[in-house]
Amino acid sequence: MSAHNPTRWRFKRPSVIPGFGLALGLTLIWLTLIVLIPLSGLAWRSSALGWEKFFDIAFDQRTLSALRISFGCAFIAACLNVVFGVILAWVLVRYRFPGKRVIDAMVDLPFALPTAVAGIALTTLYAPNGWVGQFLTPLGIKIAFTPAGIVVALIFVGLPFIVRTVQPVMEEIDKEVEEAAATLGANRFQTIARVLLPGLAPAVLTGFALAFARAVGEYGSVIFIAGNLPFKSEIAPLLIVIKLEEYNYAAATGIAAIMLIISFAMLLVINLIQSWSRRRYGYGV
Amino acid sequence: MASDTVPSTEPRKLHSAVTESKVARVTLVAISLLFLLLILLLPLAAVFVEAFRKGAGSFFTSLQDAETFSAIRLTLIVAGISVPLNLSFGVAAAWAVAKFEFKGKAFLTTLIDLPFSVSPVISGLVFVLLFGANTWLGQWLSANDIKILFAAPGLILATMFVTFPFVARELIPLMQEQGTQDEEAALSLGASGWQAFWHVTLPNIKWGLLYGVLLCNARAMGEFGAVSVVSGHIRGQTNTMPLQVEILYNEYNFTGAFAVASLLALLALVTLVLKTLLEMRYSAEIAASRRH
Repeated sequence: MSAHNPTRWRFKRPSVIPGFGLALGLTLIWLTLIVLIPLSGLAWRSSALGWEKFFDIAFDQRTLSALRISFGCAFIAACLNVVFGVILAWVLVRYRFPGKRVIDAMVDLPFALPTAVAGIALTTLYAPNGWVGQFLTPLGIKIAFTPAGIVVALIFVGLPFIVRTVQPVMEEIDKEVEEAAATLGANRFQTIARVLLPGLAPAVLTGFALAFARAVGEYGSVIFIAGNLPFKSEIAPLLIVIKLEEYNYAAATGIAAIMLIISFAMLLVINLIQSWSRRRYGYGV
Repeated sequence: MASDTVPSTEPRKLHSAVTESKVARVTLVAISLLFLLLILLLPLAAVFVEAFRKGAGSFFTSLQDAETFSAIRLTLIVAGISVPLNLSFGVAAAWAVAKFEFKGKAFLTTLIDLPFSVSPVISGLVFVLLFGANTWLGQWLSANDIKILFAAPGLILATMFVTFPFVARELIPLMQEQGTQDEEAALSLGASGWQAFWHVTLPNIKWGLLYGVLLCNARAMGEFGAVSVVSGHIRGQTNTMPLQVEILYNEYNFTGAFAVASLLALLALVTLVLKTLLEMRYSAEIAASRRH
């Protein structure tokens, strides 16, 4: 009587709550129509290219430099965001100062502000004659219309990801751990570097991964500030748009497929590192 | 001079072992504030200053442009359709994932989050590839005179793709934390499934739901990359507000560009204020989702 066998394989654990079929059915239909069919269209079209054509697109000099700029700038921006984001989260969790609540709320601005608006605003600030740019020009520093401008835009886009993943974990740090370190003779710097930061590593990595993934694909804020010179400041998403405007669907599909493959591979690696560091260190996310 | 050799009886000044010295604290706060000023606050200020640079009069005249007007209308239509649809999907997905245990649940959640890790430009591209003139679907559509690409339906589809996970993502952790006891109690007292949902579940999740809808709406109205690819940029017809900002900016009509941008920035500020109020008043109810 297999019905009474508790180890029998079941798709769903029995429950008195109704509506499972309806809810799951709606979810699957919606997911398939809006996300899966369009995405598999991309996979199908890129596989139809064939290896030779695919490699031609992938190893085209312009594609390579666009990918290098996109991933390189996203990496630099995510690293800078880790440094400043962790400091900012620490300040918001541990210190009291006037205007803290407003500052805390403002951190989410990049989630709410349309990227095109951020793009033109940052360009206005960091252009050679802009609010901030005019002070940098005499020093020989150029930000807008160079890769440095791309990094600035990507810092804007990625900041809340780091702060909002690290902040809740910092709030849960048990102060007794720090007191224990202090009574054992550690100075404050040692306590932070050896006790607190390693415990935050999984959260920092998660934030880094989210900010990096977002920055790699970012388009709206970057195209205004980048200058968009091929081989110098042209990002991969822009190259996709350019290829589409030339009706070169094959190239657009190929570049998109490469971007997705690299992003997914990186997320996978970061997930592995993260689960390792969560076992090794502590607080979890 | 014996008093000189006697050790001071003043207790040595102690400072807490679990905080930094005052100098370090002030430095860290200063670094944070300077960073936020340069990256967040000045850009936000720049939008409004540039919009009003030539006075309030020219700000309002530039908004009364017919193309700008149609961009605002289109943005409201796109968000007005895609947000409610994603809202109902989000509730259904959260109900299935949070209230039941079934095989492949983790995989389903990963699929729901998928649009987050896809570049907006690629989100638009997939619809161009699906409905483009060189596919059989595209040919069938044009034979039957149905316009999806370079028209409102394409913009709505691309927006829905991009904002797909927002509501579900807020609701799933919240509903998981609340468990199923309340619904079970309602059912045992004779409520039907719908009654349990309307009178028990919905009141429990309403603030989290509102929070998700706010974020979803902000993104839907502000989305640029995905809609830029599918819009075709037909002036006065298929430009949403962010696309109109780009067009005006590229034509060196900075007052016009920043005027439209300031409306979007205002929307962002309203979103942030509502979000902060929700977090302050109902922090316990949406705490679960903040951990994301």
